[in-house]
Amino acid sequence: MTTATFTGQSEEPAPGSQASYLTAEGFTLRSWLLTKDHKRIAILYTISITLFFFVGGAAATLIRFNLVTPPGLFQPDTYNRLFTMHGIVMVWFFLIPSIPTTLGNFLIPLMIGAKDLAFPRLNLLSWYLFVIAGVLGLIAIGAGGVDTGWTFYTPFSTMYSNGYVVLALAAVFVSGFSSILTGLNFIVSIHRLRAPGLTWYRLPVFCWSNYATALILVLATPILAITLALVAVERLLKVGIFDPALGGDPLLFQHLFWFYSHPAVYIMILPGFGVISEIVPCFARKPLFGYKFVVWSSIAIAGIGFFVWAHHMFVAGISLYAGLVFSLLSYIIAVPSAIKVFNWTATLHKGWISFDAPMLYALGFIGLFTIGGLTGLFVANLAFDVHATDTYFVVAHFHYIMVGGMVSAYFGGLHYWWPKITGRLYPEWWARIAAILIFFGFNLTFFPQFILGYLGMQRRYASYPPEFQIWNVLSSAGASILAVGYALPLFYLGWSLWRGQKAGPNPWAATGLEWRTPSPPPPHNFDVTPTVTRPPYQYRPDPEPQDV
Amino acid sequence: MSETPLAPQDLGRLHLEPQYATARQQAETAAFGMWVFLATEVLFFGGMLFGYTYLRATFPEGFAEAARETHVIIGTINTVVLLTSSFTMAWAVHAAERDRRRATALLLAATALLGLLFLGLKGLEYYKEWEEGVVPGLNFHKDGPNAHVAAMFYYLYFMLTGVHGLHVTIGIGLVALMAVRAWRGGFSARYYTPVEVTGLYWHFVDLVWIFLYPLIYLAGRSGP
Repeated sequence: MTTATFTGQSEEPAPGSQASYLTAEGFTLRSWLLTKDHKRIAILYTISITLFFFVGGAAATLIRFNLVTPPGLFQPDTYNRLFTMHGIVMVWFFLIPSIPTTLGNFLIPLMIGAKDLAFPRLNLLSWYLFVIAGVLGLIAIGAGGVDTGWTFYTPFSTMYSNGYVVLALAAVFVSGFSSILTGLNFIVSIHRLRAPGLTWYRLPVFCWSNYATALILVLATPILAITLALVAVERLLKVGIFDPALGGDPLLFQHLFWFYSHPAVYIMILPGFGVISEIVPCFARKPLFGYKFVVWSSIAIAGIGFFVWAHHMFVAGISLYAGLVFSLLSYIIAVPSAIKVFNWTATLHKGWISFDAPMLYALGFIGLFTIGGLTGLFVANLAFDVHATDTYFVVAHFHYIMVGGMVSAYFGGLHYWWPKITGRLYPEWWARIAAILIFFGFNLTFFPQFILGYLGMQRRYASYPPEFQIWNVLSSAGASILAVGYALPLFYLGWSLWRGQKAGPNPWAATGLEWRTPSPPPPHNFDVTPTVTRPPYQYRPDPEPQDV
Repeated sequence: MSETPLAPQDLGRLHLEPQYATARQQAETAAFGMWVFLATEVLFFGGMLFGYTYLRATFPEGFAEAARETHVIIGTINTVVLLTSSFTMAWAVHAAERDRRRATALLLAATALLGLLFLGLKGLEYYKEWEEGVVPGLNFHKDGPNAHVAAMFYYLYFMLTGVHGLHVTIGIGLVALMAVRAWRGGFSARYYTPVEVTGLYWHFVDLVWIFLYPLIYLAGRSGP
């Protein structure tokens, strides 16, 4: 499938240039599975995470089916396995790898004017680890699933759960090493392989965002790995430090888990910030407003993100003083996020805006992320959080960030760089339809959940009181629109691989080194190492492409 | 280091990858990559050390009581062994810098042997602990009011030293490989990056032990 898709390119090499990365290494499966080319590895990742997106999406579909009627369609135990599968697959096998491993892998070397990442073999290894992790995860699902929720809370996961917990833990453990190696590669590449003249403040914000993400990947993921290993041993040998029956402390698990998993929330949004910061200036034909603020707000989020974890534990029995501190810190981290929203909006001000599909996704992102971010302030509030904990309010809040935000950014980025990746233009009309469907479908799915949560509907239950049905039916109806919106690109992007119009090197008249090389790029990206002389996003006053 | 042009056999060994402009850039990048990896490793051990700290603060007496029964003599000898191995490792890198092929190979071999000695002593310690019945989950026969705290102490002890031992094992493999490559003349004053990077890793593994030693063996001994 992989090879077949792209061999379609081979018959028509780009006019007047040498072979592209798609054709140069040949068309065999072997040439793909043993490639060291960051662009090909990005394609491998794209195919893998697309598969997992639809696996996780299938679980979400069944969840929304179940919730159409108050008693539910499935047994509670089945329902537990469904939302656990949805959470684990979407978090670790789609959202965390989503933008970094696909667009990041493809674009970072191009954007910094390098021929590849610093450690290409490690890059391939990280994909193989991801595949091994994915297979372990699918085996755990196929064998009967896990019912712990994606958070693996102890002592349920260590003592009582009858699911395939250890297998799922192993899957997440291995995927963690895949993340770590990707992060390591990004950090080292951005430090060491920038083209001459590409100073830190000339670096595209996409690189900065992925750099900030990589810091979290490298520094937070090992904590998750060792914590899950401790849970697995505790479950297997019935000894450990988390189960109160053994003298341990379940709060210790929650501290360790959220010490990773809250920064991981920023892994699941920072790369999206990067994509939006590329798209908005291009389609507003203006330099990014307040470049340094956008850059440093990413770094600030990565840093402060390590000190807000216990806001997941306000009702878990931490002290009031700890609660106050973590509440305050959670408010503080909203500041850099808000700076970004203001800067994107200011970039639009007096811009020459065009509403191509990537821009529709970007504008959708800004709106949805703002709602997600503002409701984040609600749940950062100690008093309100007591009311909202474990309700659909929280579910709606984080879906606005992760799905409304990150998935929109991923789709926006995929469309924006599609011509670069494949050498073909996607059909614009279809792409706009999909973007609009996703925006409205998303809001219809998740806005009712704010209301449900505020009214007191608890998450993770297969059934609910009948008075909540109307909002649940609205939400499920929205989910069906969302599903169509997410499925559409599969068809028209697939179609464009063969029938799409040829894209030149720079169909959007965008700045940035990735647009200064043919589409699709040659195996080593640039024939001559480019030299950079100007800051990024020089769309005005001088819209000419920068000299390379 | 001289700036003489590379000899052809050196060029062959360097395997300069296309993304690098110079051998120097490649070598420095490799070292930087190892530093970033070690940052990950710090947090990997950090998770367990946080668990240790948290529980020791919760159960100070129980932890002190259990820690007093650890084999401090073996632990101390092992600390000396591992520190010595770091010395031979540092010396090996120094020798590699100066193109002393035999010295590099022998010092690397000495490092690997000291690593093996460490593992042997650790194994002896594990054996004694098995005999004493302090292996939680598998063979644990302590009673008394603090038995469950001792179980958690020993659980963390085995996890920490086990993961550390795994790192030592990987380190021995890498160092031995470097010794063979050095003996066969695989390195020169222009190219010894793998030795240097392996050295960084080895020193890190040593450094982890420097933290484990007082936490495991000395924690309970000052009290009554």
